[in-house]
Amino acid sequence: MRRRSADRGTLDMAAAIAAGVAFLVLPWAFVGDLRPGIAWVLDGRWPIALPVLAALACGVLGRRGVGTGPARTGVAVFGLAALLGYGFLPGLFSGRPALPLGIGAAVAAAALIVLLSRGFAACGAFKADRWVATTTVSILATVLLFVFFPVAKVLASAFLDKSGALDLGLTATRLSAPDIWSLACLTANASCGVVANTVILGVLSGAIATFLGLAFALLAQRGGMTNTRLFDALSILPIITPPFVIALALVVLFGRTGIVTSFLDTWFNIPRSRWIYGLSGVLIAQVLSQTPLSYLMLRGALQGIAPSLEEAAQTLRASRWHTFRTVTFPLLRPAIAASFLLGFVESLADFGNPLVLGGSFEVLSTKIFFAVAGAQHDPGRAAVLALILLALTLSAFWMQMVWLGKRSYVTVTGKGDNGVPLPLPSGVRLASLGVVVPWIVMTVAIYGIIIVGGFVTDIGRGVMDPTWRHILTGFKIEWTERGLFFSGSAWDSFFVTVMVSAVAAPITALIGILTAYVLSRHDFVGKRTFEFVTMLAFAIPGTVIGVAYIVAFNVPPIEITGTGLILIICFVFRNMPVGVRAGIAALSQIDTSLDEASTTLGASTGYTVRRVTLPLLKPAIIATLVFSFVHAMTAVSAIIFLVTARYNMATAYIVNRVEAGEYPLAIAYSSLLIMFMLAVVIGIQMMVGERKLGRRNVTASPLTTGAR
Amino acid sequence: MSRAASVTFTDVSKYYGKVGAVRGVSFEVAAGTLVTLLGPSGCGKTTTLRLVAGLELATSGAIRIGDEDVTRLGAAERDVSMVFQSYALFPHLSVLDNVMYGPLASGAKRRDAEAMAREKLGLVGLSGFEGRLPSELSGGQQQRVAVARAIVLEPRVLLFDEPLSNLDAKLRRKVRDDIRDLQQRLGLTVLYVTHDQEEALAVSDRVIVMDNAVIAQEGTPEDLYERPKSRFLADFIGEANLIEGAFGQTEAGTVFMAGDVPLQLGRIASPPDATALALRPDRLTLLPNPAGRLTIQRRAYLGHSWEYTLDAPWGSS
Repeated sequence: MRRRSADRGTLDMAAAIAAGVAFLVLPWAFVGDLRPGIAWVLDGRWPIALPVLAALACGVLGRRGVGTGPARTGVAVFGLAALLGYGFLPGLFSGRPALPLGIGAAVAAAALIVLLSRGFAACGAFKADRWVATTTVSILATVLLFVFFPVAKVLASAFLDKSGALDLGLTATRLSAPDIWSLACLTANASCGVVANTVILGVLSGAIATFLGLAFALLAQRGGMTNTRLFDALSILPIITPPFVIALALVVLFGRTGIVTSFLDTWFNIPRSRWIYGLSGVLIAQVLSQTPLSYLMLRGALQGIAPSLEEAAQTLRASRWHTFRTVTFPLLRPAIAASFLLGFVESLADFGNPLVLGGSFEVLSTKIFFAVAGAQHDPGRAAVLALILLALTLSAFWMQMVWLGKRSYVTVTGKGDNGVPLPLPSGVRLASLGVVVPWIVMTVAIYGIIIVGGFVTDIGRGVMDPTWRHILTGFKIEWTERGLFFSGSAWDSFFVTVMVSAVAAPITALIGILTAYVLSRHDFVGKRTFEFVTMLAFAIPGTVIGVAYIVAFNVPPIEITGTGLILIICFVFRNMPVGVRAGIAALSQIDTSLDEASTTLGASTGYTVRRVTLPLLKPAIIATLVFSFVHAMTAVSAIIFLVTARYNMATAYIVNRVEAGEYPLAIAYSSLLIMFMLAVVIGIQMMVGERKLGRRNVTASPLTTGAR
Repeated sequence: MSRAASVTFTDVSKYYGKVGAVRGVSFEVAAGTLVTLLGPSGCGKTTTLRLVAGLELATSGAIRIGDEDVTRLGAAERDVSMVFQSYALFPHLSVLDNVMYGPLASGAKRRDAEAMAREKLGLVGLSGFEGRLPSELSGGQQQRVAVARAIVLEPRVLLFDEPLSNLDAKLRRKVRDDIRDLQQRLGLTVLYVTHDQEEALAVSDRVIVMDNAVIAQEGTPEDLYERPKSRFLADFIGEANLIEGAFGQTEAGTVFMAGDVPLQLGRIASPPDATALALRPDRLTLLPNPAGRLTIQRRAYLGHSWEYTLDAPWGSS
C-alpha cells in the first residue's frame, strides 16, 4: 500500500486562485460602492492589488516544494502588511480615505493567512505540520483582530483626547476623579467611589454565593439526600435566565409598591421604602444567580475527594466532626477559593442587575455604559473606567493562577475507589439546611413571579387580574391576506436573537474545540502566548468588549457596527473560551495513542481530527454548542452597545422596556425566553442522550460542563 | 511477504532539552526477523521504537528503512505500523472500520479497503466479529484487532509496544506464540518492545538490551543468557546469584575465588577478565555434604520446583 505523498502545493495554489477570483469578482468594500477590487485599482487605488499579487506569487512558489518556505513566508507577510497598511493608513499611499473592507478583502486576507501558515510549515515550524500551522495561525489572526485589537484600541483611547492626540494630563484627570476612588462610605455616611462600590459588591457577592453554594453541595453530596434532582434543576435555571430577570422579580417583590412590601405595610405597618435599590438589592440578585454555579463547582470538588481518605481518618479514631474539620474541609479549600474568585469576577462583569437595581449605587460596568450611552457621551472616560475594570478582573484571574495554579487536590485516579462517603456532622447539616431552605423558597418565589407576571394586568402594583394583553403586545400573530404576520412588537428582536445565536453557536464550538485540540495535542513555539491570547476574551468583562467594539469597528478598515455580523462576532469570541475549556477537559480524557495510531496508519493530521478526534469529542462539542447558544440569548452587557433598531436583541429589548417602566411586558418576554431555552436544552439533551464508548462512559450535561 | 525491509540506526540520539532519552544508538534489524528491545522502564526502549515509527524525530543520527533514509519523515509518511500498548483502537468505530482505517486514510476505495480488512481479520481469526465495537471484545480479541489493523497496510516494518502487558498470564503465552507465528508466516520485520525478559527470550531472533539510554548488549537470546557482558546483563536476564571475587587458574582448571573460598569451574577453558561470577540457580545441583559450608536458610515450593535460599560464606543467595 502506498502512503500519502508529500505536499505538492495544491492547496497553496487553490488559496491563491481564491484570492485572485475574489479580487476580480467580489465586492472589495463592505458598504457603499460594491465594485470588485480590480475596479478600485483601475480607479487609482493601486495598493489594493499588492496583497492579491502576493497571494498569487505564494501560490506559484508553493508548487516548487518545501525549499521555497522562507520565500513564501516573506511574500505572504508582505501581502498582509500591504493589506493592513493600506487599510489603516491609506494616507501613506494616496490621499484618499480608507475603505471599509468587505468580502473580497476578507477572502484575500484568509488566503494570505493560509499561505503564510503553509509557508511557516515548509520552514519547519509547527513540526512541519501544515494542518496545525494553518489552524493555529488562523485562530490567532482572528483572535488578534476581534479581541486583542479592539481592547488595545479602547485602552489606547484612554490616553487620547477627543481629537485623537496624546494627552496624559487628561488621562490623569480622568483617572483621579473623586467619584472613582473615594472611600467615604467606609468612614462617614456618604457614598463611595465607583471602584470601592464595585470591589465591595464583588467581595460580598463572591463570599456569600460561595457560602451558600457550599451549604448546597454539602447537603447534596454528604447530607444523606438520595435525590439531588431538585438541586440540579435549580442549578440550571440561572444559566438560562437573562441576568437582569432576577432583579426584575426582586423589584416586583420588594420594590416600593412590591407584593411583599405592600403585604408588610398593610398587615405589620412596616413603612414602604426603597431599600431594594442599591447595594443590598444588587447583592441579592447576584447571589441568587451565582449560588448555583458555586454549587456546581463545589459539588464537583466534593465528588473528587476519595472516600477512602475520610475512611482512613475514621479508622484512626477521628470523629465525624473531626474528620470534616481536618480532612474534608481542607481538601475543599482550593475549590472554595476558586468559587469565590469566580463569583467576584462575575459580579464585576454583571451589568443587568446593577442597571435595574443600582439606583444611585454605581458600579464600573454601569458607569462605563452611561459614559458612552448617556448624555455625557465621553468615550475617553469610558475607556479609563474600562481600563480600571479590566485591571481588577485580570488581577482576580492572576490571583487565581498564583493561588490555585498548583494547588489542586483532586484525588480522582483511574483506580476504582469504592468507599462510602462520610455523612455530614449533624451540626453542619442543620446549618446547611437552615441556609438552603430559605434560598429555595426565594428562588421559587422569583420564578413564580416571572411565570405569573406576564399574564396579569400589573404585577408591579399588585393588580392581579389575568390578562393576555402583554403577551399580545409583544407576540401577536395575525393572519392577513399575505399570510402570517408577526405584528407583536417583540417578534423582530426575538427572531434576530435566535438567528444570531444559532449562527454564532456552531462557529464558537468549531473555533473553541479546534483551539483546545491544538493546545492540548501539539507543541510549537509561542504556544503559551497563543493560550494567553485565546483565554483573554474570557477575562474581559462584557461591558469592556462592548465599548471596545464600538470604538474599534465604527471606522474603516473594519466598519461593521450596526450589522448583525458584529453581534455574531461578538458572541463567537466572548464564548469561545468556554469551548476551549470544555475541549481541553474532554481531550485530557482521550488517550493520545489514538492520535498516534491514526498517524502511523498514514492519516494526515486533518484526517485524524475529522475521523478520530472530533467524533470522540462529540459530547464536548454539544456542550459548547448549547452553552454558546444559551449564553448568546441571555447576554446583555456587551451587546447592549452593539444593537440597533434593525438588529435588536431580546435582552436589549427587555432592558429598554424596564427602563420605560413597562414591567409586565418585560416579564412576559423574559418568561417566554426562559421557556424557549428550556425547551431547546431539554430537546438537545433528549436527542443526544447518553453515549457509551467502551469502558469510558462519556456523558456530559450540555449546560453544566461549561459553567461560566 | 517480500515487502519486509531492514531497519538501520546509525548513531541516533534523542534529547528532550538536556535529557538524553536515547544516546548514540546504532543497530540493524535484518529484514524478516523479529528483534526485541528489552530493558527496565525508562531505559529508552520505547523512545527508540517511536523513533522508528516517526512519532518522535531524532535529534541526531540517521534512520533508514530498507534503502530509504526516513530520518526527517513524519509518522504518516513512513511505511511502518505499530501495535500500541493500549491497542489504541478507535472506540467509536466498529472492528471492520478500525481495520479499514489505514487503507481509507491512504486514499483506497471503500470496497478495496473492506476486502483488505476482511482478509486480515481472517488472518488473526476474527472473522465474524466485524460489526462489533472494540468495547464489546475481550482483551485478547482487542489485541488481535490491533494487530490486524497494523498489518492491513502490509507495512515494511511492524512495531509492537509491550503488546502483552494488558493481558493475563495465561493469555500472554498464547498471544506471544501467535505473534511469533504470524511474523514467521508472513515474513515480517518486527521490532518488539518489552520489559519482560522471559517474553523477549521466547519470541526473538535477536535481543537488544538497553540500559540508561544506550545499548547494553545485543545478540541472540542464547548469547545474552549464557554470555552476559556486564553485571547489569547477568542480573537483568534470568535469575542469577552474583558473587564478587576473582578468577584464577589451577591444575584442575579455572577457579573462582569468592573471598577465600575457591569454586571449581569445570567448563570454562581460560579465566575471563572479570570480578564477579553469576550463578544460575537452575544450573545448580544440591548434593548432601556433611562437611559442607552451605546451610539452607529457607525453601519455597514453586510447583515445578523448589527454591532454596542458602547461607554461604560469601553471602546469602
